[in-house]
Amino acid sequence: MTSPFPFSAIVGQDDMKQALLIACVEPRVGGVLIFGDRGTAKSTAVRALAGLLPPIETYESDPYNAAPGDPPIDGQDRQRGAQTLKPTPVIDLPLGATEDRVVGALDIEKALRKGEKAFEPGLLARANRGFLYIDEVNLLEDHIVDLLLDVAATGENVVERDGLSVRHPARFVLVGSGNPEEGELRPQLLDRFGLSVEVATPREIDMRVEVVRRRDAFERDPDSFCAQWADAESRLRSRILDAKDRLKTLDSDEAVLRKASELCLALGADGLRGELTLLRAARAQAALDEADAVSVDHLRSVAPAALRHRLRRDPLDDAGSSARIERGLQEVFGQ
Amino acid sequence: MTDGGQTPGPWADARLAAALLAIDPGLGGMVLTARSGPVRDAWLDGFRALLEDDAPWRRVPANINDEALFGGLDLAATLKAGRPVRTPGLLAGIEGGVGVIAMAERASPGLASRLAAAIEGPSPPLLIALDESSEPDEATPATLADRLAFHVDLSNTALSAITAGPLLDPEMLTMAKVRLPHILNGDAEPVLTAAALALGIDSLRPVILALRAARAAAALDNRDEVAEEDLSLVARLVLAPRATQMPAREEQAEAEQDQGPEGEPEAANDTPDAGDDERPGLDDLTEITTEAARAALPEGLLARLEAGAAAPKAGGAGKAGAMQRAGLRGRPAGAMRGNPGEGRRLDLLATLRAAAPWGRVRRRGLKRFAPGPAIEVRREDFRIKRFKPRSESETIFVVDASGSLALNRLSEAKGAVELMLAQSYVRRDHVAVIAFRGAGADMLLPSTRSLARAKRSLAALPGGGGTPLAAAIQAADAAAQAATRQGRSPTLVFLTDGAANITRDGGAGREIAQAEARQAGRQLRTSGYPVVLVDVSKRGSDAARTLAQDMGARYARLPVSNPGALAQLAREAAA
Repeated sequence: MTSPFPFSAIVGQDDMKQALLIACVEPRVGGVLIFGDRGTAKSTAVRALAGLLPPIETYESDPYNAAPGDPPIDGQDRQRGAQTLKPTPVIDLPLGATEDRVVGALDIEKALRKGEKAFEPGLLARANRGFLYIDEVNLLEDHIVDLLLDVAATGENVVERDGLSVRHPARFVLVGSGNPEEGELRPQLLDRFGLSVEVATPREIDMRVEVVRRRDAFERDPDSFCAQWADAESRLRSRILDAKDRLKTLDSDEAVLRKASELCLALGADGLRGELTLLRAARAQAALDEADAVSVDHLRSVAPAALRHRLRRDPLDDAGSSARIERGLQEVFGQ
Repeated sequence: MTDGGQTPGPWADARLAAALLAIDPGLGGMVLTARSGPVRDAWLDGFRALLEDDAPWRRVPANINDEALFGGLDLAATLKAGRPVRTPGLLAGIEGGVGVIAMAERASPGLASRLAAAIEGPSPPLLIALDESSEPDEATPATLADRLAFHVDLSNTALSAITAGPLLDPEMLTMAKVRLPHILNGDAEPVLTAAALALGIDSLRPVILALRAARAAAALDNRDEVAEEDLSLVARLVLAPRATQMPAREEQAEAEQDQGPEGEPEAANDTPDAGDDERPGLDDLTEITTEAARAALPEGLLARLEAGAAAPKAGGAGKAGAMQRAGLRGRPAGAMRGNPGEGRRLDLLATLRAAAPWGRVRRRGLKRFAPGPAIEVRREDFRIKRFKPRSESETIFVVDASGSLALNRLSEAKGAVELMLAQSYVRRDHVAVIAFRGAGADMLLPSTRSLARAKRSLAALPGGGGTPLAAAIQAADAAAQAATRQGRSPTLVFLTDGAANITRDGGAGREIAQAEARQAGRQLRTSGYPVVLVDVSKRGSDAARTLAQDMGARYARLPVSNPGALAQLAREAAA
């Protein structure tokens, strides 16, 4: 398998990169939604995560990517093999995937051959401890999106079908991308994604040329291109690891909490989920910035991504939600 | 290239594209728009001759299912053999080879995204998407088309234009392949980027593909560096078909054809952001490249673009993707006899239940002495799961934009539609908008769930002209039938004052137009769709009321005091 395009080599798209990094540091922000046109490095960025993130410790042939010491799932004496390091899973969920493939199903082969009732894990199992990426999430069938969001929120996949009763951990960060021109997501679903970013192709010609140059260099000789970026990648990797550590000790003081609530109130963001995500994201950002405490600035920098999709909206208001967020921010933070 | 000088026709371009694909398979492939016929076959044969003899070459049907694509368990064979029998997937079969997608415009978005993933995978196939679309809103799914470098249209190429003979002798091909990794880009990146921007191509993927193609062209022509003619070529083959706007012409060039050698300063100013000024050749090169692309723009597009109406093909999902495969998705609703596959799922419990009673009989009949399994499953025992699909609804708005509606009434009607759109949005309905004015009715917005598009199309709707009501009713009927075919249940909402004055053949004449409208209305009634007619005339018109009766429609009048009432009405009608 060829190595993915290095994350650090992606030109621009800072909002998207920020959101993804936050999700790496604090998976509990609950998923990232990326909306934008084709060819804006959405897929590239997500797939690059596989190369960026540190490998996970697991067993050689464990379909659930269980961590060492975890008990085997569904009570079978599964041969898991020796402990090993695997790259962080970044699983693609193709459009039109059936429910069977997503949640897993009865292993028909085993059932027919040995008369054994065995569970064949699906994509959710493979994504455990990693990322699940859905390109064109807005075209995915609603019932599958529901299911995914549910599992993503609980971190557990419960299968009750075909006479099977299995539950296995499925902790992953859901990353959805899509093109709003082709259909939108239900507001209920929007709200379940933690962060939402809008991407556009860069307009400045120099930037565009740089994108083309780097992509072309990568395609011509992936190995030396990746080697060239290896330093930047490893710096970013240790930044993420440090931030994860730092996150445990990071406190957010009363003033920041208060500001977060004020902001949500001012924007009329529905529900408490917005506030929670806002705080979590701000903490992760602070950790990434190697700050000692969460400040109002952190809050401000993550607010658009955390709240953009939660505004109680008049679906016909064209004045994009970004503009409204900006207004709200100015109201609450003063200039 | 042998045929460098003259402006080559599509056939020459297509041949060239084939050669470039053979040199650099990383170009993804090609969208070949042409009806099935000798021209298309000749191209395919020529292309195949360029590939190595043992390179896989398979057809990918547009309705292929996952099992056939990725491989899976062949249930019937498995049972027969008593051991798992797998069918190899088509994708595995075309690795490093060629997949020819027949009727690519019918490919579902799901298939498109899977093929797109295959192109980006480790050993990508070349994909030739045979696009036979005839309607403007049919097209190869954009996810796929975006990743295939060349888009060539051979639909107007006559058989006589075809040149026979090998495209390229094998030795040249080998040489070009050897040269390819060493070709330098020169100024290609900034030039192609600027040209793409001038053509209104937002995505950067085409630029990257164009760059690769330019290198392949340079390799073919035995050059070390990408040169002007390579750039012009890829501008024509890769960039031009994706253009969404006319590049701004530097000056009214036609008059002063011989450009002064001192290079007019305004020319440089007008080409927007064409790179640095330090490199003198760059702007000119960009200009030449853009011009090459402009020259290759199809005529129809040119006219449309110059008229100012952006005309991107109805990108996104092929229409076929929306087609509901009834009974394959939704809530479980029991089991039925049938063969699994093609998305039908085996209901194992029901299958075993069906086989169980026969166990002894079958054992006795076949394997008298062998112990055998307790239950023997045969093909006729297969039970598949049945699902009750959730039926989606589609609201089709038919908006009267004629001059008989004063402008403020029109905006009121638009407002009403927007309100209903908001309601539809919440319920995830599909929405389509037909507007009628002047000579006929237009599908302003084909069925969509994107509110942004719906709103934009509505806002851009101008008013004025006659009232071709009969044509509008027929268009609405056709749209409703199309929606039904795709598994949705349509509701029609007319917003009109009922004052028809344009006949079906476009002539004026109030009497005839009215009669025709009523007749069309009665015909619509026989189709049995729920219809709402919103009378937008000032005091309520008799014509509208009669028409509502003819159509079997619910009748309502604007202004509706309670904004939600209109949407409520549509919902009731649909119920």
